[in-house]
Amino acid sequence: MITKTVSGVEEACQGVKDDMTLMLGGFGLCGIPENAISQLVALNIKGLTCISNNAGVDDFGLGLLLQKHQIKKMISSYVGENAEFERQMLSGELEVELIPQGTLAQRCRAAQSGIPAFYTPAGYGTEVAEGKESREFHGKMHIMERAFEADFAFVKAWKGDTAGNLIFKGTARNFNPNMCGAAAITVAEVEELVPAGELDPNEVHIPGILVQRIFKGERYEKRIEQRTVRSK
Amino acid sequence: MALDKNQIAQRIAKEVKDGYYVNLGIGIPTLVANFVRDDIEVEFQSENGILGMGPFPVEGQEDADLINAGKQTITALPGASFFDSALSFSMIRGQHVDLTILGAMEVAQNGDIANWKIPGKMVKGMGGAMDLVASAENIIVAMMHTNKAGASKLLKRCSLPLTGVNCVTKIVTNLAVLDIKDNAFHLKERAPGVTVEMIKEATEGDLIVAGDIPEMVF
Repeated sequence: MITKTVSGVEEACQGVKDDMTLMLGGFGLCGIPENAISQLVALNIKGLTCISNNAGVDDFGLGLLLQKHQIKKMISSYVGENAEFERQMLSGELEVELIPQGTLAQRCRAAQSGIPAFYTPAGYGTEVAEGKESREFHGKMHIMERAFEADFAFVKAWKGDTAGNLIFKGTARNFNPNMCGAAAITVAEVEELVPAGELDPNEVHIPGILVQRIFKGERYEKRIEQRTVRSK
Repeated sequence: MALDKNQIAQRIAKEVKDGYYVNLGIGIPTLVANFVRDDIEVEFQSENGILGMGPFPVEGQEDADLINAGKQTITALPGASFFDSALSFSMIRGQHVDLTILGAMEVAQNGDIANWKIPGKMVKGMGGAMDLVASAENIIVAMMHTNKAGASKLLKRCSLPLTGVNCVTKIVTNLAVLDIKDNAFHLKERAPGVTVEMIKEATEGDLIVAGDIPEMVF
């Protein structure tokens, strides 16, 4: 059996260097690789290009990297709720590329699957299409989008085993499975790490072949961005 | 009387049919779920990865791993499923979702929609809106007929950066229900007490008024 476990977050982040391109899973603050982000902050790696649907909030998630000016460029679909982000973007310190959410997911998926490019109708006729090839299929216009190229993918799963197999929980799944195997090295952090053989293979969402390093995250805050309740 | 946001949602809810899978955008569209008849079966999709989205949780039942695309805590109904973002947008682009309801800053008479960016102001991003409008066959736009300054949001051409082209076919505003076809707005229903003249006045694009226009029924 092939073992993917590493000793912890320090070993998991070995090899991450300035100016690299990283993928980070999560939707808002849901399902983000909290432990890896903390380690990237501690390592003070700079000049990062981050592919992530959102950019966190001021004091959590990718906002922690922004505070320390470690991010050079964000590739995201939606970046509200972050004042420091806005300040850096408007001052030109931070480059931002906004792309449609489904295109973001599919560009990860394409990288994962060895598909260099694909056509999608999303963004045709808008500024997203500028400079891109377009083509008609079935009487409808589409634009060509390319697979991402990234050095590391940091994902968060609920459970994993020593073989790197992953199971996600609820809507914390989001972009995480699509980023597995989409970068040169995929680092998975999990809440619960079990010996190989303990997960039911029928329930595995991502097979370990797409994961190079797995570790149990030391702690999870799992902050809720918009706590919304109804009366009983 | 012009409709309030809840009444717009209530009118749109009549377009939700038995067996529909529906994606609701943020704002007025979210309210539509409150008015769907309870004798029909409908499942709500949220593009961050759930089908079968339920109401907000009661206090104490919030789960950080269970949110909607507006990042609010939600619940999952019996029969719900979770999936990744690529599969979520496969459902959307693959036209498996029957109805998309979303807001807009501007709609043009050719069906163009602008709802993501105001030049010179902070740009937050398009999220899933471009994928939704590019793919959905059945899109209803929920919006106010005019902006806060009183200017029409139903235009000959959009002035703001586009979200999608030639994609909107139905609009429900605080004043009217309108269809878009043949490069014009077609007035179908009036809000109670709102006259055709008032709607004409508030519509910058070409407005076709054919025959008697009934008042909305809720």
